[in-house]
Amino acid sequence: METMEQILGQQSFFAGFPAEFVALIAGCARNCHFKAGEYLLREGDPADSFFLVRQGKAALEIASPARAPVIFTTLGPGEIVGVSWLIPPYRAEFDARAVEPVRAIAIDAKCLRAKCESDHHLGYEMMKRFLPVMVKRLHATRLQILDVYGHR
Amino acid sequence: MQAAALKDPFVPDICRVASARRELADAVTLELEPLSGARPDFRPGQFNMLYAFGVGEVAISMSVSAHENRGFVHTVRNAGAVSGALAALEPGATLGVRGPFGTGWPVAEAEGRDVLIVAGGLGLAPLRPAIQEVLARRERYGRVTILAGCRSPHDILYQRDLERWRQRLDVTVEVTVDHAGTGWHGDVGFVTGLIPRSPFDPDKAVAMVCGPEVMMRFAAGALLKAGMPAADIYLSMERNMKCAIGLCGHCQFGPAFVCKDGPVLPYDRIAGLLAVQEI
Ligand code: FES
Repeated sequence: METMEQILGQQSFFAGFPAEFVALIAGCARNCHFKAGEYLLREGDPADSFFLVRQGKAALEIASPARAPVIFTTLGPGEIVGVSWLIPPYRAEFDARAVEPVRAIAIDAKCLRAKCESDHHLGYEMMKRFLPVMVKRLHATRLQILDVYGHR
Repeated sequence: MQAAALKDPFVPDICRVASARRELADAVTLELEPLSGARPDFRPGQFNMLYAFGVGEVAISMSVSAHENRGFVHTVRNAGAVSGALAALEPGATLGVRGPFGTGWPVAEAEGRDVLIVAGGLGLAPLRPAIQEVLARRERYGRVTILAGCRSPHDILYQRDLERWRQRLDVTVEVTVDHAGTGWHGDVGFVTGLIPRSPFDPDKAVAMVCGPEVMMRFAAGALLKAGMPAADIYLSMERNMKCAIGLCGHCQFGPAFVCKDGPVLPYDRIAGLLAVQEI
């Protein structure tokens, strides 16, 4: 059976990550499954975990009182669900719902934050991985807001 | 053949609308038959000037391959007086058609290579003839991937074609929308987000990209980032056309005339111009 270290090492998100850091993260990680329709994260809940999707698809949704929830992005294999674990006050900003069965690695955010605090090299490596994810999503959101398809 | 070469490019042929099919709330596909009975020939990516009598003329790309239809097929979005008049035409109505004009998609040049189609919104229309011709000779190509982005699940153009292509085992089809309700089970996100997870070899692929200019710019950027050379990325440019034969200068885009040198142009020729506003 594969160890968590081996599983994490195969993920493109951790490509080039020093082995000792992978071992540290593995200590905070566990496998998890969600059935279609189950929530990985709920808006406003403590961001206690984030997820690295191995299989399936999750939707990030915004719910507003007078409207049906709107999906603004979907995330699939190799992608991260949940970035609020990095930013105080550590609360999920959106709902994340499995639109099809999801197999993922759940990483305990409190455990990893503590390790990042005590080893800033690890913290910096995590930041280097998460910042491009956040910037990429920001760019995509800008283009979605531009509503470009109305003009051709 | 010689008669065709001598034809005055400013004189439209009269065509009859054989069918008008509503695709989206603001887009209609017109099937046109020349009254002369001639069977038109053209390459995927080329365009015609469609003349709504008494209103005006507008450039619209072919949206079905010449191999699949006896006449011309155009998908028209109601975006102004002329296109609105065209989109309102009913079967039996007549209109003027000049063309075909311009360059085509590099369908023959792509043989032996992976083909990546990236469409945004109505940009799938000019790409559909290229897809049809690639799939008609599927064995001549490497991996074929079609990526389509649109505003919402209600705005997916040619949904039946996309479903048919997706059912094939030798084509990858991905559709993403900018936003959706919870009833949608497909992808949500900008179309460029599909590029990094698409199966193609950047060293031996040809990309054909069509959509709003800003979408094409970011798609080209994502393709470059994936390792594709700029010369293998082709975009179809849209400009205001008048003469359509390189005389009037209306369609000038830097040193290129989109009507004659384009509309399909390799990205290495236009990358600098795309970044400049108001060319
Ligand atoms: S439209 Fe006249 S030069 Fe292109």
